[in-house]
Amino acid sequence: MKHVIVIGGGIAGMQCARELLHEGVAVTILEKEADTGGKLRQWHKLFPTLTPADEVLSEIRNRLKLSPNLTIKTGCEATKVSPKCVTLSTGEQLECDAVVVATGFDLFDARVKEEYGYGIYDNVITSADLEQMFNRGEVRLTGGGKPRRIAILHCVGSRDEKVNQRHCSKVCCVTGVKQAIELKVLFPEADVFNFYMDIRMFGPGYEEMYREAQHRYNVHFVRGRISEVSPTIDGRLQIKAEDTLTGRPLKMGIDMLVLLVGMRAGKINEKLTAECNLKCQESGFMQPRDSFLHNVESNVGGVFYAGAVTAPKNVGESINEATSAAHAVVEWLNRR
Amino acid sequence: MINFGFSINKPRTIDIDRNNLRKSNEILREMPELQTCIGCGTCTATCTAGNLTDFNFRKVHTQVRRGEYQGVYEELNKCMLCGKCRMLCPRGINTRGVVMLIKRKLGDF
Amino acid sequence: MKRSSWTEYQKDIADDHYYYARSCIRQNFFPGSEKVFLDILGKDLGRDIFDDPLHTSCTGIGYHSDVVPLETIMTVVARQFALMNEAGYENFTSSCITSFGIYTELLNTWEEFPETEERTRENLYKATGREFAKPKNLAHTSDVIFHHREEIARKAVRKLVNVHTGEPLRVVEHIGCHYAKIFPKKGVGGSEFPYVLAGMVESWGGEVVDYPERRHCCGFGFRNYLVQANRGYSVANSHKKLESMAPYKPDFIVANCPGCSMFLDKWQYTIAEMEGTTYGQNGAGIPVLTYEEMAGLVLGYDPWELGMQMHQVDVEPLLDKLGVEYDPSAKYLGRNGKFLGRPERAIVNSCSQDTLYKIRG
Repeated sequence: MKHVIVIGGGIAGMQCARELLHEGVAVTILEKEADTGGKLRQWHKLFPTLTPADEVLSEIRNRLKLSPNLTIKTGCEATKVSPKCVTLSTGEQLECDAVVVATGFDLFDARVKEEYGYGIYDNVITSADLEQMFNRGEVRLTGGGKPRRIAILHCVGSRDEKVNQRHCSKVCCVTGVKQAIELKVLFPEADVFNFYMDIRMFGPGYEEMYREAQHRYNVHFVRGRISEVSPTIDGRLQIKAEDTLTGRPLKMGIDMLVLLVGMRAGKINEKLTAECNLKCQESGFMQPRDSFLHNVESNVGGVFYAGAVTAPKNVGESINEATSAAHAVVEWLNRR
Repeated sequence: MINFGFSINKPRTIDIDRNNLRKSNEILREMPELQTCIGCGTCTATCTAGNLTDFNFRKVHTQVRRGEYQGVYEELNKCMLCGKCRMLCPRGINTRGVVMLIKRKLGDF
Repeated sequence: MKRSSWTEYQKDIADDHYYYARSCIRQNFFPGSEKVFLDILGKDLGRDIFDDPLHTSCTGIGYHSDVVPLETIMTVVARQFALMNEAGYENFTSSCITSFGIYTELLNTWEEFPETEERTRENLYKATGREFAKPKNLAHTSDVIFHHREEIARKAVRKLVNVHTGEPLRVVEHIGCHYAKIFPKKGVGGSEFPYVLAGMVESWGGEVVDYPERRHCCGFGFRNYLVQANRGYSVANSHKKLESMAPYKPDFIVANCPGCSMFLDKWQYTIAEMEGTTYGQNGAGIPVLTYEEMAGLVLGYDPWELGMQMHQVDVEPLLDKLGVEYDPSAKYLGRNGKFLGRPERAIVNSCSQDTLYKIRG
């Protein structure tokens, strides 16, 4: 029986493993955290349908039925990858016939954009923090209280030369729209302002959701990027931006600032590039063999990619790509 | 008071906290579709007045939404109500209606 | 205030043996500050610092006003470095933020474009017959005081505390734009949350005020205030800052830039005389200090020796809060005891007009 190692137990890794098992291949999933599920474990609801993330994750887990041919190793980090062998941080070496790298992405650390005061000022939170607050049912200001005015800032750690993240993280725009609606539902009296550079609604139902946020929920959209955040004497936050559509600087006091943190290339990509002969793109995301016909294959035969390891992707895209990757692996194994 | 030969510049920042958004909120409540503007500028591109004067409909209604009402009524008097902007708006906003509504709400601000 | 990042922005600051470059503006407006810097370094801290009469202006004001070309300023800066070499020093410390910005910018330019350094070497040699080596360490003088802040705290005779209430004094710190906005890594704490002055204030017992316009420029801007017609825009920047900080009731402002200290102090006079607005709690101005004056007060120097009589806004209310003993009648005596003359009454000033000043010499 052929044996494939899938590195990463997020949605892409799990979906890929399921397809491989279905094709009669033995699979080992290596997950660095204590549990599988990846970033989706921390998420509340998914755009644009507001489907609970948990629902999708449970379904992916259910599909991956227990099988004697499946081994899941958690708390286990891969440090070296070749088509025939994966080395773990413990030094242990696992042999295999092919490898799927499904290590996903890292969230941009908002503290790097110092001007927004994340980790310094109260009530400056990231989109990921907000999802967890939704999960806990505890969306409130530090020290309690309801926000009366909320600003949501797009492109934090995306399209930004200053932090070496030139790429667009793609999913943050629609996340910002989704979170604006969720906040309006929670606090109908609050004013919600989205500060954006461009609104990129690339998926089905996204533009409709954007329009609904404007029309039905009265979410304000200001085309301009916030330049700095400061504290005010009454314990709120002051933000500055340009309202580019009127051509004037704009400032306002707010109670809460949500930073839509981008997706950056996973830390492991540096290692994969430096030590495993795998190529990465300028953005740091891994480079598929080509972008049209071989986008789940790497430049090394027998090493495959699935999910956000090659670029920012949404949940549906990652799952689809995982299926494609499994098919490409099987095809490759059959040829040998 | 001493005259030093210059005066202190006034800030040109839109200060949302100082602006009274009551009128702006009323306008948006009556015509929520105005909020769906994506700033494409088609209205201004086709505008009869905008081609011959400095009237900029996109900018004027954005200012109103930020609570900047000064001079807006006079600006909107430049509109000929020809309706071309409404014909072209990709969001289907009743732009002529917006002109009339803002004028009615603000009066001679 | 929580500052998570200042420790990540650390720069090397030499511990001893400094070559000192003075500031054009400060020698006129705050001459006591530069004198006391030398005294603190030499006498209080026992460090070796060389005040060289041969060095000149860095010509930064002329450069930023489009009067001095880039090649010229590069050559002038190269000459300062040559003088430092000749005096046997490797650590350059500049009293002026504009100069510090210039030195930093030019060292980086030479790094990025080595041909400009070559040309500068040629120009300097042709003009003066001198050659130069770049400094091993470049620091602003506020960096140097920051570096020694704990030692100063140990030698301090008083803290930045209100002796009547026991509360820490509330201090607005203002950092010159060219200190870290151009090269954030060359400033202690970076550009968004600089720690160079805040660190001194905290070490000496005061409390730093963070207010909405903390990061805004004072409005100096070189050509903007040099031309009278542009001054309305220049002063509007200080106006904006003062409006923003006033509700926090600061006891004083401390700045590390010659232009900022001068503007934040003197524009208060201008604004008061033009609009009648004052920002201090006593209906007068908010005192503006240099960091050397702040260090000097903490170390027990006499305020008139620190040159604080040169300020526009009277510093006496602050001296009273600090419990500093001083002779009000000796205020306008120069270093040689000669009467300097007394300023006319102004709205921002709080001192009695009835004081009889000692007039000697």
